[in-house]
Amino acid sequence: MTDAQTPILEIENLSISFFTRTREIPAVMDFSCKVMPGEAMGLVGESGCGKSTVALGVMRDLGRNGRITGGSIRFKGRDITTMGERELRGLRGREIAMIYQEPMASLNPAMKVGAQLAEVPMIHEKISKADAWARARAIVEDVRLPDPDRILQAWPHQLSGGQQQRIVIAMALMSRPSLLILDEPTTALDVTVEAGIVDLVRDLAEKHGTSMLFISHNLGLVMDVCDRLCVMYSGEAVETGDVVEVFSEMRHPYTQALFRSIPLPGADKSARPLVAIPGNFPLPHERPPGCNFGPRCDYFVAGRCDAQEIPMLPAGGAPRHNSRCIRVDEIDWNAPPALAATAEPTPPGEVVIEASDLRKYYETSPGMFGGGTAKIVKANEQIDFSARAGETLAIVGESGCGKSTLAKVLMGLEVASAGTVTLNGDQIQQLPVEKRGPALISSLQMVFQNPFDTLNPSMTIGAQIIRALEIFQIGDSAADRHERMLNLLDLVKLPREFATRKPRQLSGGQKQRVGIARAFAGEAKVVVADEPVSALDVSVQAAVTDLLMEIQRKNRTTLLFISHDLGIVRYLSDRVLVMYLGHVVEIGTTAEVFSPPFHPYTEALLSAVPVADPRVTRKRIVLQGDIPSAMNPPPGCPFQTRCRWKPLVPGDLCETVVPDLRRLSGGHRVKCHLTDEQLATMEPVIEVAVG
Amino acid sequence: MLKFLLRRTLTMVATALVLTFVVFWLTNLPPNLEKLAKSEGNARMTDGEVISWLDRNGHAQPLVKRYGEWLGVAPGWTDERDGVTSGRCIARGAAVEDSPRFCGVLQGYWGQSTVFKAPVSEIIATRLSLTGILMFWVMVLMVPSALLIGILAGMREGSKLDRTLSTVSIATTATPEYVSGVILIVVFSSSMVGLKWFKGTATSAMDGITFENFFLPVLTIALYGMGYIARMTRASMSEVMTAQYIRTARLKGASFGRVVMRHALRNALIAPFTVIMLQFPWLLNGVVIVETLFNFKGFGWTLVEAAGNNDIQLLLGCSVVAVVVVLVTQAMSDVGYVLLNPRIRVS
Repeated sequence: MTDAQTPILEIENLSISFFTRTREIPAVMDFSCKVMPGEAMGLVGESGCGKSTVALGVMRDLGRNGRITGGSIRFKGRDITTMGERELRGLRGREIAMIYQEPMASLNPAMKVGAQLAEVPMIHEKISKADAWARARAIVEDVRLPDPDRILQAWPHQLSGGQQQRIVIAMALMSRPSLLILDEPTTALDVTVEAGIVDLVRDLAEKHGTSMLFISHNLGLVMDVCDRLCVMYSGEAVETGDVVEVFSEMRHPYTQALFRSIPLPGADKSARPLVAIPGNFPLPHERPPGCNFGPRCDYFVAGRCDAQEIPMLPAGGAPRHNSRCIRVDEIDWNAPPALAATAEPTPPGEVVIEASDLRKYYETSPGMFGGGTAKIVKANEQIDFSARAGETLAIVGESGCGKSTLAKVLMGLEVASAGTVTLNGDQIQQLPVEKRGPALISSLQMVFQNPFDTLNPSMTIGAQIIRALEIFQIGDSAADRHERMLNLLDLVKLPREFATRKPRQLSGGQKQRVGIARAFAGEAKVVVADEPVSALDVSVQAAVTDLLMEIQRKNRTTLLFISHDLGIVRYLSDRVLVMYLGHVVEIGTTAEVFSPPFHPYTEALLSAVPVADPRVTRKRIVLQGDIPSAMNPPPGCPFQTRCRWKPLVPGDLCETVVPDLRRLSGGHRVKCHLTDEQLATMEPVIEVAVG
Repeated sequence: MLKFLLRRTLTMVATALVLTFVVFWLTNLPPNLEKLAKSEGNARMTDGEVISWLDRNGHAQPLVKRYGEWLGVAPGWTDERDGVTSGRCIARGAAVEDSPRFCGVLQGYWGQSTVFKAPVSEIIATRLSLTGILMFWVMVLMVPSALLIGILAGMREGSKLDRTLSTVSIATTATPEYVSGVILIVVFSSSMVGLKWFKGTATSAMDGITFENFFLPVLTIALYGMGYIARMTRASMSEVMTAQYIRTARLKGASFGRVVMRHALRNALIAPFTVIMLQFPWLLNGVVIVETLFNFKGFGWTLVEAAGNNDIQLLLGCSVVAVVVVLVTQAMSDVGYVLLNPRIRVS
């Protein structure tokens, strides 16, 4: 047998459990997978499915409560599960290296970057400090960080998130490991930064022939990076196979349902709505008998699916494509999904909310004792938009672009520095929320990003909704409010019993429904939804999004949907506003913004979003560098430091003059110096192959 | 950094002024002054005589004026009676022309102790140096052992070692010095147990320190502070050990010792450092009890004597020292914190 045919990593029937005082909680059951040399294996699943536990199991770092209860993990033929401490140490960092989700937390705050990097070969190869630092410098160059000498002498907190993640990657590559485990390496990063990191990882793995175990909940990312994938559900692998094979011919109901619940290009909220997966993820100690996915599965057959443990079965005819579905050969996998109720698109009504030349500047505090000079942070610059009744306007941009500040100004949590916000004809930009009357407050409401922190943990769900009704001065008696509260629970499709429950008894999706009920309690005219589904799992996202839109259709609410997820924006919004460094760089209908001509930033943003569809070809435009700080923005056009079209603009126009928000056609406006002819040469970023 | 230190110093001076003023006010309350008059003059003074004595000796002036005189920013009082000019700054028998106008703490004149019949500055200098020696050895014993206990306990939270060391440190902190001191004397130096390893008094240590005469007082103070610092270090250490960067270090292949020494230690010391510095002024407390218990005539012992005998000038002197110790250690703890924690940089 030649070396190329020995798997780097071979996991067989692995089971991992965590032990609490009272019981054993199985986290991973009967998990098998094989990673060949140079291959990238994706582990996909929702939170709690056990994918990170597998990774830590391979590292044998399960903490005091975790234990491998069965199966084997063989690394280059050696069984990791029976290794001693010393042998494991030789493996970690040298043979298997890991890249983590949160780069800031993964770097030691009290050690210089260089020392943390150089440590790896000093531990494993016993090379001298000078040699180790020299290698660290070379690797820092490899991960395409500018000015490596300065970086090596820096503390972790002095680097941006993207730079920190590059350092974590450099650290993993210091001893040229043969297996790289990446645990959600880009989840904490912005999409344009993510694109750069993904490219880097792929190139480096190719250059050194490193195998990868890539853990992610993002199907599009997995398709970009991996050769093979393994879909996990509730502690089990449910489908494995070649990425393209699985993505085009999925053979497990869960995989299929997952794909139908994510907004791929072509999904449309009116004609082809997303299909949410019914029910909830089972808790580890409440797993059903037989197939774990059974209770949520459309193809479930009582007496067969819940009769015995389901083994992995070959599927689809391709080699190494397996599915844990007992009915894999019976189901017609190509049948189109049962169409959920479609709805007519709602025609937009009259203008409800309008912002004109809105600005918000912050002054940074000059320090405790008055020394130093105050700096001005221009969080919002010249924001102009209007939104009509029944319309969804998406506000898109990366972190630091000022989209949350805009939401705060609209809600009255901050007052504007200049410009106007008009709601139903009244100017409200100078009215802080405590001076707004109940009518105004109830007509302009917000759904928050994190449903876990926005509900009072010590009040029942019912009491919290009733409290909102009291604040909005709706209902004339306690009994009336109670009745209205129950109706609101019906509206967000929560059982009426939930009125007496505490937030901790609810899942994330259910909590967000309560948040929605609260926002709509006063029949809000305008609802600002700040990343309402980004903290939720993929399968829950679709259900919550659908609910939001259904209520919107019913009430003809204006929805301002703040998001960084372009997939969901394309799916549900009527118009899109793209922000960069406090500026509106492009605004228009969804079709106008998502097809050329674009603003150069929109183009880069679109190309950075991975799409989990093998039929889609995507042009890759990777932006260089990080988003400039709003404290010290570049002169002229805010995007000029990263723009690939800048050379086409004559002279130093881009560096000196902020372009106007120029009308291209209808309501489509772009803040760019490029001429119409130049813009017309832009090509679409995403193309869906026909067939 | 320089700017930071300058600002720090200014706030310190302001705090010192406020604190000494409060102490001055409290020690110069009318009943104290009356007692002073009776002890300095005549124990059987009538009320009228007391008033005139106070008036003659400058105690009848407004509080702020007296504080200013004591501090040395207001000219000392003078009193002309029967052709003889007496005054705060005029030594007995000295000529008025030769005497300075200002005489207060700032000029180095700390007043005369009524108990020891000697200048306060002299007393404090000798006593404080004795206590300084005691404190030095306390720190030498306490800090390293407390840190060691805390780190050993915190590096593997919940282990047997952790439980044992935590119990010991809770026990030592829960035992006040006057209890632990007595127990130590009984066990190690009395004929009751019969060990007689150490001396039960530290009087001879004032002339020459030996292990025998000095270990018990040092241990008594150290034990109390040790448990506290150890608990703080343990809490900080066990939190650091669960941090993600410790996992990173572990999964780099670093050995446990290396993880603890190179990655956890510095981060774990940031929090207890402040506590250790706060412990200095706290130790002054323990010093009062222990010095009295072991008859070691240092600063604490002097403080007790001054308070017991209504020695206003000496009490004020002691309080100035205490204030300075508190403020200086505070400043040191801030500066040290900045040096330890790279995330905080003062521009």
